[in-house]
Amino acid sequence: MSATVDPLPAAPTDRPGPGEVPEPDPGDRHLRRRRRERLLAAALLAPSALVFAVFVFYPFARNIYLSLYSTPPFPNLPSRFVGLSQYSQVLGSHNFLNSLWVTALFVVYTVPAGLLAGLLLALLAHQKLKGIRVFRTVFASPVATSVAVASVIFFTLLNPQVGLFTYWLGQQNQLSVLDNPTWALVAVSVVTVWQNIGLSFILMSAGLQAVPDELLEACEIDGAKGWARLRHVVVPLLSPTIFFAVVVGTILSLQSFGQIDLLTQGGPLQRTNLLVYNIYDQVFNQNNEGRAAVMAIALFFITLVLALVQIRLLERRVTYGN
Amino acid sequence: MGTEPSVAALAPGFTTALFAVAGIVVVAVLLRVASRHGTPLRRRRATKVSRYLLLVVLGVIVLFPIYITVVNSLLAPDQIAQRPPLLFPTHPEWSTYATAWTSGHLGRYLMNSFIVTVAIVVGTLVTSIAAGYAFAFLEFPFKRTIFVVFLATMMVPLEVTFFTNLQTVVSLGWYNSYLALIVPFLATGFGAFLMRQAFLGLPGELRDAAKIDGLGHLRFMTRIAVPLARPAIAALGLFAFFSAFNQYLWPLIVTKNDQYRTVQIGLKILSRSQISTINVTFAGIVLAFIPLFVLLLVFQKQLIRGLTAGAVKG
Amino acid sequence: MGQVALRGVSKHFGAVEAVRDFDLEVEDQEFLVLLGPSGCGKSTVLRIIAGLEDPDRGTVVIGDRAVNDVEPKDRDIAMVFQNYALYPHMTVGRNIDFPLKCRGMPKPERAGLVASAAEALGLTTLLDRRPAQLSGGQRQRVALARAIVRRPQVFLMDEPLSNLDAKLRVQTRTELIELQRRLTTTFVYVTHDQIEGMTMADRLAVMNEGALEQVAPPAEVYAHPASLFVARFIGSPPMNTVTGTPARLDGELGIGTSGGQIPLSPAQRQAVEASAATTIAVGMRPERLTIGTTGPLPATVAVVESLGAEHHVICRLTDDQEVIVRIGTDAAVPEEGAAVRLDFGVEHLHLFDATTGDRIGR
Repeated sequence: MSATVDPLPAAPTDRPGPGEVPEPDPGDRHLRRRRRERLLAAALLAPSALVFAVFVFYPFARNIYLSLYSTPPFPNLPSRFVGLSQYSQVLGSHNFLNSLWVTALFVVYTVPAGLLAGLLLALLAHQKLKGIRVFRTVFASPVATSVAVASVIFFTLLNPQVGLFTYWLGQQNQLSVLDNPTWALVAVSVVTVWQNIGLSFILMSAGLQAVPDELLEACEIDGAKGWARLRHVVVPLLSPTIFFAVVVGTILSLQSFGQIDLLTQGGPLQRTNLLVYNIYDQVFNQNNEGRAAVMAIALFFITLVLALVQIRLLERRVTYGN
Repeated sequence: MGTEPSVAALAPGFTTALFAVAGIVVVAVLLRVASRHGTPLRRRRATKVSRYLLLVVLGVIVLFPIYITVVNSLLAPDQIAQRPPLLFPTHPEWSTYATAWTSGHLGRYLMNSFIVTVAIVVGTLVTSIAAGYAFAFLEFPFKRTIFVVFLATMMVPLEVTFFTNLQTVVSLGWYNSYLALIVPFLATGFGAFLMRQAFLGLPGELRDAAKIDGLGHLRFMTRIAVPLARPAIAALGLFAFFSAFNQYLWPLIVTKNDQYRTVQIGLKILSRSQISTINVTFAGIVLAFIPLFVLLLVFQKQLIRGLTAGAVKG
Repeated sequence: MGQVALRGVSKHFGAVEAVRDFDLEVEDQEFLVLLGPSGCGKSTVLRIIAGLEDPDRGTVVIGDRAVNDVEPKDRDIAMVFQNYALYPHMTVGRNIDFPLKCRGMPKPERAGLVASAAEALGLTTLLDRRPAQLSGGQRQRVALARAIVRRPQVFLMDEPLSNLDAKLRVQTRTELIELQRRLTTTFVYVTHDQIEGMTMADRLAVMNEGALEQVAPPAEVYAHPASLFVARFIGSPPMNTVTGTPARLDGELGIGTSGGQIPLSPAQRQAVEASAATTIAVGMRPERLTIGTTGPLPATVAVVESLGAEHHVICRLTDDQEVIVRIGTDAAVPEEGAAVRLDFGVEHLHLFDATTGDRIGR
């Protein structure tokens, strides 16, 4: 983006004078303009391309490379090429399958609940009532909480000695729910759902707002009220938003890390050892990059499949018309 | 392993709260049902009251964790431990915030967060506008392919590449520095996509008119396209702000001391402190929460645009 | 039966009074058109009848009962919306069926009604399509079919033709009139298009700023506009108005304007004397003016617009006011820039109190 690629056309030569000098060869002019345009495009795309190359594509390639080498038990020993055998070893391991299962459970606990909560709040906030804007802001407010804020709030409120929720749950001076193999994942899920309510509410509200008022009024005249209206008109019209929320929610859920690191560190008994936390644990605690790389590739493919589903759904919606 | 808590073993306090909520919901539903009978005026009033009741109950539930955090941040540690719990600060202790700011290092953490976040937002906007403009208004070879490659970056989340990226950052000598926190996020496929869509949404005659007026691409971009795409730029900027400010995994692994830790990582340190300073932890949470909450209040509309950009526009 | 009445109805939105103290009786099987400029409150009146808005004050009667506290679905009305409000995710057939289904009608019965409604509007072959796959005119007919399928007492239509192109609008206008004759139900039809109003209505109700200006058959509204607003709103090109004060001309009362003296008929003189008006707006329909060498108003021909079947001659009076004269193609077309005199029969003048806008005399 410097003066050398300034694309301003040289005005005088661009203007063919009427009946004056013989016109300059138009092919030449075109060629020059096209070259200038390409240079400009390169300059505009270069910064992004550089970042992507260094921090997206290179590490991804290196990931694949690492996944084919087994990490030596002690540092400074050479790593050994093992090829795809590391995949079968890691993907079949109890540790990975447990992560996969726990992650799946986590998705099931968090995505539908967050979605329904958001939908319920959005429906309630989509009324013509005085002061409804206050409620809209209240319902959206968890969107301002980061994973860390949400997790530390609950972590502190679940403190085994002085936590308010600990007291309300009657768990004072007992094992915290976060250390309880049965309840830890549920507790983490509750925190996550609460943190996601704001986003879910905002998404659903935007979807509802896109439903024309005229349609809802037509419902009133046609006699569809309450449940019938919800089932036959509102939910079908919201279905693109709902699909979107499900896919995005699932992807975000799959990539959860912060709440695990802050609340349970994957425990107790690996019951909250979500995939990303497991990768982190492999790298920083087990010093096994090869294993971590294989799991990362697995996570990538799961995300990819979901993203492709998302794209297909969006394509279908285009034909749905408006 | 302790005894497994079952629903029956829940403490009286929790049960009471549960019953209170259930009770209010039942009242609301009863009002709803009752509203089908009686005089029209009373009917309408009953419907209205039941709606407000539901809204208030749900609002309280959603807001409660934040509310109680603010309350606890103003209590002394022994008041926090008091049973039955205090749900309102009678003698708010504002000094806790000063403690959190200085000895809790919140001041330092927040400053780091702001430096990193602002740099990322500005960088993202510049690279996204540039790339979006190229995809929308310029002709060059392999345009479609390059665009797909840009989109493909969205398929490779940081959660997949964080440890190989860490190696890169270490070998560049950036470990524990602002550069490590900022540079990897200076461009996003999402941003380029969003800006391309925004530019394509501008009327096609604009570029033609500018050509006739003799405006070159750079001047057209800075004087016409960018000002007109302001709503999208605002949405992208807020989205970038939220995601940069809220980052957790990456700052956790590339920082090693308070000099560069962001506020999210600071919260982790605070959460591991003694019970005697638990009020400081609460104050820290509030301080970490406030910036985004203020942004939410001020820019609610633009933020919603940013968050729903993918959903509504597709 | 299908009478509709609004009695003393008012409605405000914030500080804006959308409808002011509104009284309107629509007779059974009547085609009533609510006509007015945009923002005059006509759609609000329709929505109050439908029950989509609650009036602040006043009574709404449909058939023989007050319906203020009746839900829209129980008012025995159907409504066609400006954008048709078809459910995009349902086929044409399901769209038409939906109001019946909501009322819990058994399926076999519904199928027959849907089929006959579709038949009546020529939609039989389109029943499996989605609204997005239809043309504007077809969507419009689906909206009508969804309305007639329930056989309501009253049809409410909110600018239903405004999204159609000009040619289709004319055609659909005719179809709507025929439909109303066949269904023998009451139509309340909202539009800002005076041609739709004039051609379709049994009676026109002209609204301005939330209040009724005049309710009468179209011909009556045209011939005897009740107010200056109605006079200017109905007719194309619009009625010319020249403002002046009562003045004696050769001993007889006339209207003195800065562009010339306008004589009056004896009845008009009486009416002017009886009224307290100090400034008077004199209205002259363009087709009632003639251009010649005699007449009370001297003028210059500014522009002649030829429309094929007629000419519009825009003349400028000596005080620079513009007056449009409409003449047929067989009449002589004056030269632009020519000095002429405008003549008219005094019986075709419309007199209004310029301050209140009220009509003076018959």
